Amino acid sequence: MLRVAVWRGGAQGKLQEFEVPRRPSQTVLDVVTYIQRRLDSTLSYRFACRVGMCGSCAMTVNGKPRWTCRTHVDRVGGDGRLVIEPLANLPVVKDLVADLREFFDKWSRAGGRFHPTQARDADFARVRPDSRQRREADAGIECIGCAVCYAACDVVKWNPAYLGPAALNRAWTLANDPRDGAQRERLAAVAGDAGCHACHTMMSCTELCPKHLSPTRSIAGLKRATLGFALGEGES
Amino acid sequence: MSARNEARLWLAQRATAALLAPCVLVHLATLVFAVRAGLSAQAILERTHGSLAWGVFYSAFVLAAALHGAIGLRTVAAEWLGWRGAGADAASAFAGLALALLGLRAVAAVVL
Repeated sequence: MLRVAVWRGGAQGKLQEFEVPRRPSQTVLDVVTYIQRRLDSTLSYRFACRVGMCGSCAMTVNGKPRWTCRTHVDRVGGDGRLVIEPLANLPVVKDLVADLREFFDKWSRAGGRFHPTQARDADFARVRPDSRQRREADAGIECIGCAVCYAACDVVKWNPAYLGPAALNRAWTLANDPRDGAQRERLAAVAGDAGCHACHTMMSCTELCPKHLSPTRSIAGLKRATLGFALGEGES
Repeated sequence: MSARNEARLWLAQRATAALLAPCVLVHLATLVFAVRAGLSAQAILERTHGSLAWGVFYSAFVLAAALHGAIGLRTVAAEWLGWRGAGADAASAFAGLALALLGLRAVAAVVL
């Protein structure tokens, strides 16, 4: 049997203990689903695809943020004990459900929207797969928006205005998109104390990203790209 | 403070870090040499008095450390104490100024 402590309630809630049968190839999401379906139907949690594509099911497991659908109990609960809580650095809605509004608002604040420079009847833009920009974008493009990096980041905890690793990673993929027409505005949006310059390169985001991306590397790229901005480029 | 000025502070801290790294190495090498050669304080001061090179080197070292430290203290105040804004800016600027004055006073005593 697994001894599982699950967060119940809102920000002022507490852990509730459950016992769940141990099964082969069992994921943390399987454990939470077992509790909700067999032991306590009032438990709230969030998931959708169950195969590591949608980024919905991230939770804090034994103190670290994880995508629960692809996290095997064998890997994190070797001693038969799991503590499952909502993601850190985000408001708790109820039980294991965190409110991701601020997380995604920051994507928008970081200039995370594509600004086309061509009309829809234009020919395809040709971007060489081996170009430096394409390779930089490829390195960060597979983000699933699970917020594991955001929950793992100490700078987010210390500086609530900080845009966070995922939003800055998104900005870096667009900064390397030659079709995008808002480069200067985006670099201005990601500079400063709320942006890439607040990152201390502690690399928790890179260590825990379930897609093995390196937001740290993307942020370093933004720091280089904003040098011109820091030196007064575009200042009126 | 504007995002541009925040970015400038970051750049200044990076630039001073790049200057501090070789300065620390030269300083440590000088210390090791002085100790191993058995130089007395008097012998060291005889070498440094009137030396433009040591004066420029240690003045740059002190100014870089003061600027680097002040920017770092400002960040520590913001992240660990939640102290941000004009008060924190003024306090860290004061700390940097004090470091610079004390350091330059020491440099003057060694070189002049």
